[in-house]
Amino acid sequence: MRYIEPHAHMVSRVTDDYERMALAGCEAVCEPAFWAGFDRSSAAGFYDYFSQLTDHEPKRAAKYGVKHFTWLGLNSKEAEDVKLAEEVIGLIPQFLDRPNVLGIGEIGLNKNSRNELRVLEMQVDLAARHGQLILVHTPHLEDKLKGTRLILDVLKNDRRIRPERVIIDHVEEHTVEMVLAAGMWAGMTLYPETKCTPARAVDILERYGRERLWLNSACDWGRSDPLAVPKTALEMKKRGHPAAVVDQVVYQNPMEFLQQCPKFILPSD
Amino acid sequence: MTQQQVLDLYFLEARHQLVEIAAFLDRMERSGPPADFRARAFAEAVKILDGPGSNKAREVLLAFSDPTPEPIAAATTKAACGTWPGRTET
Repeated sequence: MRYIEPHAHMVSRVTDDYERMALAGCEAVCEPAFWAGFDRSSAAGFYDYFSQLTDHEPKRAAKYGVKHFTWLGLNSKEAEDVKLAEEVIGLIPQFLDRPNVLGIGEIGLNKNSRNELRVLEMQVDLAARHGQLILVHTPHLEDKLKGTRLILDVLKNDRRIRPERVIIDHVEEHTVEMVLAAGMWAGMTLYPETKCTPARAVDILERYGRERLWLNSACDWGRSDPLAVPKTALEMKKRGHPAAVVDQVVYQNPMEFLQQCPKFILPSD
Repeated sequence: MTQQQVLDLYFLEARHQLVEIAAFLDRMERSGPPADFRARAFAEAVKILDGPGSNKAREVLLAFSDPTPEPIAAATTKAACGTWPGRTET
């Protein structure tokens, strides 16, 4: 089986995970910029992080034959400080031409505050001005419904944004429909306790179809599983989905979205 | 999948999860009256399981969600607790 891991925070994973993912059939991993688990003290910390994502991490992945791509942005957990956000957003353009950068992400909302919303609008504007794809993080748990609605409003209100160039991540049963209805892509994140389990993700695929949907592990420093995507492929097989259908969900769908960025080229292409 | 196939694949797992929920409720019961809004929200959401329809996962998620439309003034925490306090606070 081949698959693409479209959302994984590999900087917080051990090298063994690259090996396990490669053995499971992973051809490419895409790493959105995210919160490190603590607030960085200055924009310089982000400069180093973006350098790590665009220089160091691709080399680590390449040792296992995995192509590494990345998304750059300021996570909403650090968006309450608007001045810092402006400084960080000002750093991003100098990295956009690097060969593994796919777009702006993961941006979005966390607690649905006014400052988070303002910083989201700033980053959507950045993406629009530079013609970038957008990857959006939706909030956790009780904040997801409201946050998803607010995010869709921001994106729909910006006429420069083409919905097919936006992926709204971490959808669940109560948010997937509104994302797909807006013409955007929807990502299902497979977590042991929050977001989707493999069984629920397959339920959503069976209910809403396979168009504009992808699966990801979003593995990071918290409880998460870098092999969640192939495990969900196994779940599909257990239910009798043919191999071609599994391939569409775990390989062709992310390929279709990501190839809107001309830099997304795999060795097998 | 037929219902027989669903049962064959998922019954034991669902049974296990149901027993875990029952044990959690027993634990809560032994520990005294509901301490905060999460206990009340959980009790309300459990009622959905016995209702009609085939959108129960969606309905449970909606029951735990903040339904208000306006952004909050400022984020004072980064964490989510799992249910919106405003729904069951009186």
